[in-house]
Amino acid sequence: MAKVLVVTSGKGGVGKTTSTAALGAALAQQGEKVVVVDFDVGLRNLDLIMGAERRVVFDLINVAQGVAKLSQALIRDKRLENLWLLPASQTRDKDALTDEGIRDIIAELRTRFDWVICDSPAGIERGATLAMRYADEAVIVTNPEVSSVRDADRIIGMLDSKTVKAEQGEQMKKHVLITRYDTSRASRGEMLNIDDILEILAVPLLGIIPESQDVLKASNVGSPVTLNDATSMPARAYMDAARRLSGETVTMVVPTEQRKGFMDRLFGRRAA
Amino acid sequence: MSMNLLRLLRRRTGSAPVARERLQILLAHERGLRSQPDLLGILREEILAVVSRHVVLDPEKVVVRMDRGESVSTLEVDIEVPNGFDKKMAIAS
Ligand SMILES: Nc1ncnc2c1ncn2[C@@H]1O[C@H](COP(=O)(O)OP(=O)(O)O)[C@@H](O)[C@H]1O
Ligand SMILES: [Mg+2]
Repeated sequence: MAKVLVVTSGKGGVGKTTSTAALGAALAQQGEKVVVVDFDVGLRNLDLIMGAERRVVFDLINVAQGVAKLSQALIRDKRLENLWLLPASQTRDKDALTDEGIRDIIAELRTRFDWVICDSPAGIERGATLAMRYADEAVIVTNPEVSSVRDADRIIGMLDSKTVKAEQGEQMKKHVLITRYDTSRASRGEMLNIDDILEILAVPLLGIIPESQDVLKASNVGSPVTLNDATSMPARAYMDAARRLSGETVTMVVPTEQRKGFMDRLFGRRAA
Repeated sequence: MSMNLLRLLRRRTGSAPVARERLQILLAHERGLRSQPDLLGILREEILAVVSRHVVLDPEKVVVRMDRGESVSTLEVDIEVPNGFDKKMAIAS
C-alpha cells in the first residue's frame, strides 16, 4: 500500500528539500516506486536539486486546476526509472492550491506509487498545512540548534491536530531527521545534544545527516546526494534513513570527526 | 589522557546545556498555550458577556491581549464603552 510522507520543519533552510530528494532517490535506489512532490509554490527548488528544471512543463497547480493531467506533469528521473517528480508552480498566487485539489492529486498518486514524498514549504501557513494534510507519516527535519527545534515542536503540534489522520483520531507516525550536524561543533559542546533533542521532541530518530560539502556539490550538479556520490557520509546517512523508513532496523551511526593526527587535533581545527 | 580531559572540560563549558534548558522552559510554556487553543478568544467572549449585562457594548471594541514577559505575563483587557456609561456608574454607587 502506498505511503504518503511529508518532509516538514517549520523553519526554512534546515534541509527539507535536500532530504526529500535524497530520501526519495534512496528509496527508489532500493527498488521502490517513488514520486517527490514540491509544495513550495512560488519558490520551487526541488526540480533544481533533482536536475529536472529544464523539463518542467506542467506543475502541481495546473493539475489541481484541471489544466493538465497528472501524467503530463509528472517528470521521470533521468537516472532512476522508478523515481518521479511533480514540480511546484512558480505562480505568486498561493491560493491557487485548494484542499480538494490536493486531496484528489494525492489520492491519484497513491494508486501509482509506493511512496509519495511531499516537500513542505517553510512556515506554518497554508502551504505547510496543505503539504501535511493528507500524509500518513512525517519526517520532521531539524538542525541541532534552538530555533529549529522550537519550530519543529510547533510543527509536531500541527501534525497532531491539523491533518486528516489526526482528525480521524489516528496517530500520525513521526520521525525526526537531524541534518547539518556539525561534528566539530558537537565535540566542543556547542550544539544541542542529540539525546536532548529527542527527549524534548519525544519523537523517534530517523537519522543524523552530517554537515558536508558533498551536499553542496550534489546540488550544484542537480543530483540527489545519494545518487551523486553514494559513498559520501551524507549519502550513507540518507540511505540508512530510507531503509528505516521501509521498516528495516539499521544501527544508528553518530557522525564523528574525520580522524586527524594529534597535531591537527591541537592546532588544525582553528586554522580550518 | 590530557586530550580526554580537555574534551571533558570543553563539554562542560559548552553552550549546549544552556540551549537545552532554555528550550525546555520555552516549550513547556508554548505547549500549554497550544492545548488551550483559544484562551484569549474564550476570555474575550466571557468578558463581553459579563460587561454586556450592564452596558450596551460594541463587541468589536473589546480587545484582549497577552504579553509574555521574562518572569510574568500580562493580560491586557481593553473595553471601549459608549459615553454616558460613567454617569450611570456614579448614580448606581
Ligand atoms: N547536510 C548538509 N550539509 C551542508 N549543507 C546542507 C546540508 N543540508 C542542507 N544543506 C544546505 O542548506 C541549504 C538549505 O537546504 P534546503 O534543503 O533547501 O532547506 P529547506 O528546503 O529546508 O529550506 C542549501 O543550501 C543546502 O545545500
Ligand atoms: Mg525547500
